Amino acid sequence: MRDVNGAAAGDGSGTGGAGDGLDVGGAGGDGLAEPGDGRSRTVAPLLVIAVGNPSRGDDALGPALLDRLRDAHVERAGDVELLLDFQLQVEHALDLAGRRAVLFVDASREAALAGTVSLARIEADAGTPGTSHALSAPAVLGIARRIGSAPPPSWQMAIGGRAFGLGEPLSGAGSAGLERGVEAALGWLRARRTETRADA
Amino acid sequence: MTDLAAEPAPAAPALRRVAIDPLSRVEGHGKVTLLLDEHDRVRQARLHIVEFRGFERFIVGRPYWEVPVMVQRLCGICPVSHHLAACKAIEVALGITAVPRSAERLRRLMHYAQIMQSHALHFFHLSSPDLLLGFDAPAARRNLAGVAAAHPEVARRGVLLRRFGQEVIRMTSGKRVHGTGSVPGGVNRHLEPADRDALRAQAPQMIDWCEDAVALAERLLAQDEDTVRRFGTMRSSWMSIVRPDGAMELYDGVLRVRDADGRTLLDGADVQGYLGLIEEAVEPWTYMKFPYLRALGREAGWYRVGPLARLQTCDVVPTPRAEAQRRRFLAAGPVHATLAYHLARMIEMLHATETLADLLEDDALVAGERTVDPPRPRPAQRAGVGVIEAPRGTLIHHYAIGDDDLVSDCNLIVSTTHNNHAMNESVRAVAADAFDGRALTPALLDRIEVAVRAYDPCLSCATHALGSMPLEVRVVDARGELRDAVLRHDDGRLERCAT
Repeated sequence: MRDVNGAAAGDGSGTGGAGDGLDVGGAGGDGLAEPGDGRSRTVAPLLVIAVGNPSRGDDALGPALLDRLRDAHVERAGDVELLLDFQLQVEHALDLAGRRAVLFVDASREAALAGTVSLARIEADAGTPGTSHALSAPAVLGIARRIGSAPPPSWQMAIGGRAFGLGEPLSGAGSAGLERGVEAALGWLRARRTETRADA
Repeated sequence: MTDLAAEPAPAAPALRRVAIDPLSRVEGHGKVTLLLDEHDRVRQARLHIVEFRGFERFIVGRPYWEVPVMVQRLCGICPVSHHLAACKAIEVALGITAVPRSAERLRRLMHYAQIMQSHALHFFHLSSPDLLLGFDAPAARRNLAGVAAAHPEVARRGVLLRRFGQEVIRMTSGKRVHGTGSVPGGVNRHLEPADRDALRAQAPQMIDWCEDAVALAERLLAQDEDTVRRFGTMRSSWMSIVRPDGAMELYDGVLRVRDADGRTLLDGADVQGYLGLIEEAVEPWTYMKFPYLRALGREAGWYRVGPLARLQTCDVVPTPRAEAQRRRFLAAGPVHATLAYHLARMIEMLHATETLADLLEDDALVAGERTVDPPRPRPAQRAGVGVIEAPRGTLIHHYAIGDDDLVSDCNLIVSTTHNNHAMNESVRAVAADAFDGRALTPALLDRIEVAVRAYDPCLSCATHALGSMPLEVRVVDARGELRDAVLRHDDGRLERCAT
């Protein structure tokens, strides 16, 4: 079971991360039992959440970046979890609990950004009335705060894409952006690990 | 896409007058055109929603066994529905008439979890802000965070209900996304006993919360009964699958249609013959088709699907607490109010969760045969239809498989397409009521969104990438000239477009 203080267990999910407890804990916790195999695990302090549809051209940039990080064995030390989903939803607020830092990765449709990478700190935001089922990363942070879990320091990486058609491969610009994004993500992980060592 | 340095529009300080590029470049947005008559009254509404353009090209030519996994990439909201509908269709094509009990139970578990978590997301994230905070609440506050600030326990339960359903899906399909639990002929894994125990322990709490959500939806809608009764309301027929005995059935059944007065127009129809029942009309202004019942024709044959339909096509909901709610819901006769979809959705969420609890008692989830092989020799013609009640309504997958085992043809009618005519009509009704004949206002945009949102259309089946979900509303007068156009971006920003 994972609570807002970071204790966690449960079965792996998504792209091979840690457990997915249901209890957000805190005052008035519901004492919900824990789905999973019951083995106690620790939440990895660093989380990379990539969102996107692997079958929609450059929308696959997030998933592709996650694959590259996995190929680079960033999870080997046990301090990083990689999580993939189609889009951000309310329940991702629960994935933030107990993290030291979080990196959200998504493709950007801004034509002027094609092939480029932006990486910036983000803060919790209330979000806007929904015309979409998906949430923005700031909105996920905002929900985490509202349901009783202080959101961790978070960053948003946007990789500029160009073509988003169903069944299309990565565009040339998207592929170039992916390479830059991988370097930026690895740099982000190095910086967070350095901070961790400094704090220790 | 936009010129952000535009000047303020003097008549509407909250809006800015800007020039915009052709909006057809923007995928994943909702677009509404209001057509006026010569008296500047709203004559027609045209709602444009992104649909599965390119779907056939994406699927045709693939090996049939890949399809149940591939189709999950069509939609980030109800991938399980596509996964299971595809499996069912391919099984028919292969001549498989039944899957082992374990497979059927596990698929049901997965499907009802999908219904539960999707309904939870819609109610708590998308519609409860409108209902709890009011249509006219400031846009910046009318979201889940606003609900959480004002009603923290409601928001918290919404998140946890959603996560419970997601957990069931993960445990039965293997992953959060792109799971492979269902395969042609059965399933490829059982539920782990420890997972089953954990879910069983949580199920009673989830059912209680779902029942509370029904009460909350009922209370919220009762606050302004007059608005609920009038808002985007219309008489329509209803369609869904039901169990052969008439009970509510979301995974597999026969087609039933009832008219606005509750009379049964069609019953016990084999889904394999859907093409003989449903025709799809095409309009020049949208890629999205308009299904209607062939027997009634284009004008009279349109219908609605989804929770409000399913509660009215069935004779009984086969779980006790949801059935009690259905009886109360329909105590005064057929319900036509579009906003009643919200309450119907919560009753269905209760039913889905009760069903999950029942299924979790079945030992077939953790043991037993998982698959059957296709019969030999294989059928000469390999084609099949799979129909399932997805969260938003009836979902139809239809495939043909060639001798080379590749998909040679496919057709898909998604829930949002079934509701296309109804959504347009609801938007027209709301706009006709709220449009002052001159200019679009934020309040009118709010009401259009509320009307569309009642159907929970899947606006995000295309890419969701950053910055892709604005709403555009245009007004075209009787002479065909653009009178006004407003764009509302993801961040709530409004822009008045050049006319």
